[in-house]
Amino acid sequence: MAGNRDRRFCSSWIPRGVLLLLWAGWVRCFAADPGGGTSIFNPASTPAAATRDLAYFVLGITGAIFLVVGSLLAYVIFRFRQRSQDNIAEPPQVYGSNQVELAWTVIPVLIVVVLFLATARMIFAIQDAPKPQSALDITVVGHQFWWEFRYPKFGFVTANELHVPTSNPTDPTPTYLTLLSADVDHSFWVPRLSGKTDLIPNHPNSLWIDPGTPGVYLGQCAQFCGTQHAKMLLRVYVQSPADFEAWAHAQQQAAANSASVAEGRKVFETQACINCHTVKGTVATGRFGPDLTHLMSRDTLASGAALNTPENLRAWIKNPDDFKPGSLMPAMKLSDQQLDQLTAYLATLR
Amino acid sequence: MADSSIPIGGSLDVTSHGRSTPTAIEWLHEWVVTVDHKKLGILYVVYAIFFLLVGGVEALLIRLQLAAPHNHFISPQTFNRLFTMHGTTMVFLVGMPFVFGFANYLVPLMVGARDMAFPRLNAFSFWMTAFGGLLLYYSFIGGSGLYGMGSAPDVGWWAYAPLTLRAFTPGHSTDYWALSLIVSGFGTVGAAVNIIATSLSMRCKGMTLLKMPLFVWLNLVVAGMVLVTITPLTAAQVMLVIDRYLGGHFFDTQAGGSAVVWMHFFWIFGHPEVYVLVLPAFAIANEIVPVFSRKAIFGYPAMVAASVGIAFISMTVWAHHMFTVGMTSFGNAFFTLSTMLVGIPTGIKIFNWLATMWGGKIRFATPMLFCTAFLIQFLVAGLTGIMLSAAPWNWQLHNSYFVIAHFHYVLVGAIVFCIFAGIYYWYPKVTGRLLNETLGKWHFWLFAIGFHVTFDFMHIPGLMGMPRSIYTYEPGRGWETWNLIVSIGGAIQGIATLIFAFNLFWSYFRGKRAGNDPWDAWTLEWSTSSPPPAYNFPVEPEVLSRRPLWDLKHPDDPDWRYE
Repeated sequence: MAGNRDRRFCSSWIPRGVLLLLWAGWVRCFAADPGGGTSIFNPASTPAAATRDLAYFVLGITGAIFLVVGSLLAYVIFRFRQRSQDNIAEPPQVYGSNQVELAWTVIPVLIVVVLFLATARMIFAIQDAPKPQSALDITVVGHQFWWEFRYPKFGFVTANELHVPTSNPTDPTPTYLTLLSADVDHSFWVPRLSGKTDLIPNHPNSLWIDPGTPGVYLGQCAQFCGTQHAKMLLRVYVQSPADFEAWAHAQQQAAANSASVAEGRKVFETQACINCHTVKGTVATGRFGPDLTHLMSRDTLASGAALNTPENLRAWIKNPDDFKPGSLMPAMKLSDQQLDQLTAYLATLR
Repeated sequence: MADSSIPIGGSLDVTSHGRSTPTAIEWLHEWVVTVDHKKLGILYVVYAIFFLLVGGVEALLIRLQLAAPHNHFISPQTFNRLFTMHGTTMVFLVGMPFVFGFANYLVPLMVGARDMAFPRLNAFSFWMTAFGGLLLYYSFIGGSGLYGMGSAPDVGWWAYAPLTLRAFTPGHSTDYWALSLIVSGFGTVGAAVNIIATSLSMRCKGMTLLKMPLFVWLNLVVAGMVLVTITPLTAAQVMLVIDRYLGGHFFDTQAGGSAVVWMHFFWIFGHPEVYVLVLPAFAIANEIVPVFSRKAIFGYPAMVAASVGIAFISMTVWAHHMFTVGMTSFGNAFFTLSTMLVGIPTGIKIFNWLATMWGGKIRFATPMLFCTAFLIQFLVAGLTGIMLSAAPWNWQLHNSYFVIAHFHYVLVGAIVFCIFAGIYYWYPKVTGRLLNETLGKWHFWLFAIGFHVTFDFMHIPGLMGMPRSIYTYEPGRGWETWNLIVSIGGAIQGIATLIFAFNLFWSYFRGKRAGNDPWDAWTLEWSTSSPPPAYNFPVEPEVLSRRPLWDLKHPDDPDWRYE
């Protein structure tokens, strides 16, 4: 066709602009998390990164299939639409074609073979990865609607906010989580660190992570477990080995015992609190609810339902349903004075 | 178009209309006691449309709550009931009744039979299905008060154990879920028996199995699947009731039972179930795409083989719903492979439809608009299914909004679109009047736009880590804007559906008269009057090819020369 315009695709600005916009949109949505994001395309740990690589591969193949078949469909719709009302003769009837049908059977089979082999390789790489001696073991117990974290090597128990050390690729110290449940099915999902694995009662599971960069990584329960499934949030604090050791050492200590909050401690120990909660070094050894020994070392209350401030703490104790309607902690109908004393006591449990 | 007088037995309605108009009670009685497959088909479809609206309202309430983070429009308890009821309603009280409604009306007509093989079983099946649904909705009646007493089930439509045991869900809500589905399950199995018996034993002269319309083939395959797939669900629900009331511990993990066994039972039902829902959508497309492209279906034998292949392979993929429960790597790999394999016959069908349209003269009346959108949407749905089949990627996507987007792309984008197409296509046969084409186009475009606004963008929060079944979500994770967009699309679909409901009603009284064959189609139902007489055909038809009416309209170029 005549024309001075250079018709090569490379010189056309519009497709380039569109591609640039799409790429920028992708990065903005998924890959550039300023911090605290939960995108599966912004991995911070090997299982999540491996999954992302597989995802790009699968996306590439399925995207190509979509472009090919979609373009054919678009072409058919435009090229073969009935244009004139007068031309009512039926088109030639074609009942089939052995060659064409064979081709479009064989090609999908080959695509499936390629996809399956790539995927299978990734399954074995992640699931059956050999566990190094230096791995840190943590037991996670799912409850309605909070997370219990047991550190057997250190001998303490904490709740809702998981602390793990960073792992160096040259000298890996991954964290292996053993996943148990005290009641119904739950699922541990921190997208930037790993795919999810379920916590199923009577069926121990395990997952591993090896984050390299310190920071806070967010997630939440991903298997419907009852009324407050939505607020069973997760915070994973990845710390440098030194910081992690310091944190663990602090968690190992028994609870602070200040005389100034003796009345509050008495309220705690004579109301029903000790039936559900543990405070190490006291008579409180309940295991139905979170361990409160170092409650104030956590940033949030009620597995992320509220920030951990004295006001929120008091309001939570007064009526948990204000924050998390349907949570299994009852309102204890305490008087204002009891609430003030109790909050003052709990505020000392760093 | 063609309202030709076709010299095939049955085109004249010779019923005597001398009787006076029946009273209201007589009219109602006729519908309640009927064993006529056409009336039962209409009852099924009307029931399904009613619950489509109810389920749609449930969805709109869900979307209102999720339009903003930390929203307080609905309590968590009510939200959990809403998504449980939305899912259960759409699968069992909308999807299944549509499947059996269409099959009931059309299968006997398409094979040239007078009625289904077992008309009274047919009626029994409808009423069991209907009463099962009413039992489920009866659960809403009952006070709030002690948690779980007398209110709707709130354990998810998948009802995982041990959450469903009395220790965690006291009261009767779960019992309504289990019992209502056991009841309607009997109806489902009865309808399947009828479809199998009718298509195997009651075909008219000359109609071998390989001359049956593809609509009948797909419903036959679906009926076979139903016989195998409903039983695990019923068994699981009986075991659940035994656990809850008779001291059983099948799923009671505190006493050594297994939560995973519930999952296996449920998904061995649940996965073939979604093929039970989608194959009839293919059945509808198999009739509409050729007629509106003016060409025979491309590759009929391959379409039959692919349908049977899908039925068998779909029985081997169920644990792709369980990639995160801790199966071995070998188990995960197996189910990845089987799931990818089921994509092959499914893909082949898309190619066959494309090839049918290729070289045709496509008329984009409303039924074909819906079918064309179905083709594009089903392609996307299948591809996101392939993404989900890759187990490691599934470990991220499972139970996220990506999964919800994928299965709604199939359930709405493929199945509901084909159901709409089928209603526009066969409404003239059933009522004698065409649905209004202008309203039809408004319905189509609004619904398609709303569908894409909702379900295209719904994939994104899933990829950004948003799980499902949550009544609210945290701000600052990048989910808010997408959820708002998704909710707006829901409202658009609601408006489109109202236009559709209005069209159904208005056209019944004011629609253009259709005649026998308004679309110039080729299968036997178009040879009868619209609506057909009670006995369908006064004389048993005799066919020579897959398109008996094409042969009659084109005596110089009949199909039987080429098949």
